Amino acid sequence: MTIDTTFLKSIAYFSVMNPTELDAIKPLFSEKTVQRGEVILREGEASDTLFFVAAGAVKIFKTSAQGKEQILSIARPGEALNDIPIFDSGTNPVNAQALGPVILVSIKKEKLHGILQQYPNVALNTNKVLAQRMRMLVTLVEDLSFRHVLGRVTKILLTHAGDGVGNTDHLTQQEMAAMAGTAREVVARSLKALEEQGFIRLERHRIVIADKKALEDIVEDSG
Amino acid sequence: MVEMPEINQDKCNQCGLCVTVCTCGAIVVEEKKVTIIETEDCHWCTNCEAVCPTGALTCSFEIIVEE
Repeated sequence: MTIDTTFLKSIAYFSVMNPTELDAIKPLFSEKTVQRGEVILREGEASDTLFFVAAGAVKIFKTSAQGKEQILSIARPGEALNDIPIFDSGTNPVNAQALGPVILVSIKKEKLHGILQQYPNVALNTNKVLAQRMRMLVTLVEDLSFRHVLGRVTKILLTHAGDGVGNTDHLTQQEMAAMAGTAREVVARSLKALEEQGFIRLERHRIVIADKKALEDIVEDSG
Repeated sequence: MVEMPEINQDKCNQCGLCVTVCTCGAIVVEEKKVTIIETEDCHWCTNCEAVCPTGALTCSFEIIVEE
């Protein structure tokens, strides 16, 4: 893949730029490919380059001293991995790991700052992106604090469900547990409970949502 | 091609727990390396993922909504 203006336009930061402006900033970006399982960013390390996902999916997570993992989000094409250290000059607050083969597009911090100074509308748009990220984190705190585990697991199923064609997320029970802030066994029990009620079917390599309305009701009642 | 659980050889410590819990004989040790054999007998019980102490074995699910 080569970096083109269509891809740059799909990045929320740069969505307000016109084709001429996008053409002008295009040479500032680099591209690299990482393999499934490769750690792209480590918590505590400094970042001088901002990474965007161009293809594939990246797990953004924290790890406790005991090795417990909490997934904060799954970054998809167009999303940034490490804008927090790029803007506050601190270290990476999270880890990032490729969930499959991933293509990354990156820009050096000082070059990004140059774009923000030259194009004030991009700087304004960046505030919007960061506010949306904060809203997402507030929702996660709300889910972890107030929603019971079955509701959290059910919400994960609904959030990551696809139609079976095109790009659909693939998640292990371990990854669902790390998203829900619980143990893998609890996720397994929750899935079994949903299956026994006929709301989902656990098939080979697939979880089929048979009664979406029932799952939505569980999420609604768990908040 | 039959979808099978995936193994990350870099994480695998060849403890063999997955081999003992696999109910369909799809996981074997060949030349000190845990290998997964493609078979439709695998019903995705995920026992291998559950017992793996290093997280080397993964059984992912595609989540879809029934039409």
